[in-house]
Amino acid sequence: MITKTLLRAFDGKAIWVVAILLIIAVAVPASNLYLPVGHPLRVANHFVPLFGKYLTYAMLALALDLVWGYCGILSLGHGAFFALGGYAMGMYLMRQIGDRGVYANPILPDFMVFLNYQELPWFWHGFDMFWFAAIMVVLVPGLLAFVFGWFAFRSRVTGVYLSIITQAMTYALLLAFFRNDMGFGGNNGLTDFKDILGAPLQADTTRAALFAASAIALALAFIVCSAIVNSKLGKVLVAVRDAESRTRFLGYRVDNYKLFAFTASAVMAGIAGALYVPQVGIINPGEFAPANSIEIVIWTAVGGRGTLVGPIVGAVLVNAGKSWFTGVWPEFWLFALGGLFVAVTLFLPKGIVGALTQGWTALKARRTSARAEGGSDIAPEPSPAE
Amino acid sequence: MDQNHPPLLYLDGVSVSFDGFKAINNLSLIVQHGELQAIIGPNGAGKTTMMDIVTGKTRPDEGEVFFTGDIDLTRLDEAAIAELGIGRKFQKPTVFESHTVWDNLELALKKPRGVFSAWFYNSSKEDEERLEEILATIRLTVRRDELAANLSHGQKQWLEIGMLLAQDPKLLLVDEPVAGMTDAETVETARLLKEIAASRSVIVVEHDMSFIRDLAARVTVLAEGSVLAQGSLDHVSADPRVIESYLGR
Repeated sequence: MITKTLLRAFDGKAIWVVAILLIIAVAVPASNLYLPVGHPLRVANHFVPLFGKYLTYAMLALALDLVWGYCGILSLGHGAFFALGGYAMGMYLMRQIGDRGVYANPILPDFMVFLNYQELPWFWHGFDMFWFAAIMVVLVPGLLAFVFGWFAFRSRVTGVYLSIITQAMTYALLLAFFRNDMGFGGNNGLTDFKDILGAPLQADTTRAALFAASAIALALAFIVCSAIVNSKLGKVLVAVRDAESRTRFLGYRVDNYKLFAFTASAVMAGIAGALYVPQVGIINPGEFAPANSIEIVIWTAVGGRGTLVGPIVGAVLVNAGKSWFTGVWPEFWLFALGGLFVAVTLFLPKGIVGALTQGWTALKARRTSARAEGGSDIAPEPSPAE
Repeated sequence: MDQNHPPLLYLDGVSVSFDGFKAINNLSLIVQHGELQAIIGPNGAGKTTMMDIVTGKTRPDEGEVFFTGDIDLTRLDEAAIAELGIGRKFQKPTVFESHTVWDNLELALKKPRGVFSAWFYNSSKEDEERLEEILATIRLTVRRDELAANLSHGQKQWLEIGMLLAQDPKLLLVDEPVAGMTDAETVETARLLKEIAASRSVIVVEHDMSFIRDLAARVTVLAEGSVLAQGSLDHVSADPRVIESYLGR
């Protein structure tokens, strides 16, 4: 039963996407580590964590697409789940510093010594162990999404109202994490990491491994999303998106379906955040900024919501554009991003991938009709009532 | 109420008001097992509100609503009521436009409605045969793989009736099924509903008198939120109060 559901995940294009991601997971680190410096096919050192960052963004956009594209929940607070996953990983990395910090305190991270903490706050316990941090990466965003969703969906908050409260949620977390006495490093956040699982973070091999881990995590997230979307569960989610009350009258508990999608999506976003932090080397409250969450929506819209490939394409393209733009023309990046969103909404309402699929289907239909005109093997339209 | 043979649906003294307007006023209604009942009434008589109450969309201010004698519908929500076996067809055809005809029926098919049972659902041979059978009944076999959005208005109405068949309810509430249909489609729809009513109870709300004549159902006339008259179509249309409140206007 479960194997059949998993097999369905590999229907059609999905197997290609997973194959490409796995090839990337091997090829990019291999070319960085084994090709000699100066080789035309070698991925330069600084590109490895940059591309790795794009992959975590792609996973975040994929997570958003599951709730927005397939279930119609426009979350403007997905950055919060990403940041919480990131903070959980950051706390582990902080504890790994040990006595190598500026103040050389074996237990307390630097910022705590600086702020006169006498002992480790209770919620920092356990984060010296990777397995504990890994559980928190999944649990904290998942639990927040579950509780938030439980109240919101049960009270039938939908549409723009839900978007606004998700935005308020991430803003509230932003303000909370800015406070020094929250115990998460306040304004500066968590940084100055040394190593992960004993491997130094600055080493090329560690960065290559993190890149590979990001690509594999993205592939796994893609398989899970594909298994959801191609099952009857996915059909119910689309039904909820298109006609919520009709779905309810069919006997489906719409709030449970939304809650499932929202929580699963938040967990994926959290894992993406946990992979993001060691590659960029810092996590601070800025990640909770409402604008970040809106940017995720733009990536997804540009790539094509309601398709699984779309958000991945969108996140990588927009962020590559951002890296390039902010390098050559920094002051115009926000105008470019705004213009891109307007242009996509006006001319490509289904995003890049949606438009390509549509063009392909139209082309096929034209070919079929051309063939039908030649040989007519298509059944005549039956009259509705004879 | 006869405790040994309770009616399928039992409404007693039901009232509901919206902002002071009494949409339903002390309404009492009984639907027997296997009965086809037509409900007519002028606009604002409370027909749709009555359906909202039975399906859990609206809670009555007072009164009792019982299903199969012992289940209090006023305490349950839409999904629970649908699972009990009360299906509803809306006035405007509401099918899932971005799903195929087949998927629409599959979603409606009577199966466990939980998240995880949907995730791991695999259609069995019997399920597919049942869906084929329904497709044949609603005459949409050749369009099974088309998106519901591409169906004509009448075909959408039938697809929705097909979805109700797949749900296999004990009681079906049908709101204006032939609005906007051609005469030929109307006759076809009457045939469909009679076929459905052979094995379950059906309540039809309709304005179209010739359609109700085709159905040959018992007629209940609603006016201003309560029952005005009941009986055969000829009987109620001869009733002077009905003529005054409805036909005469």
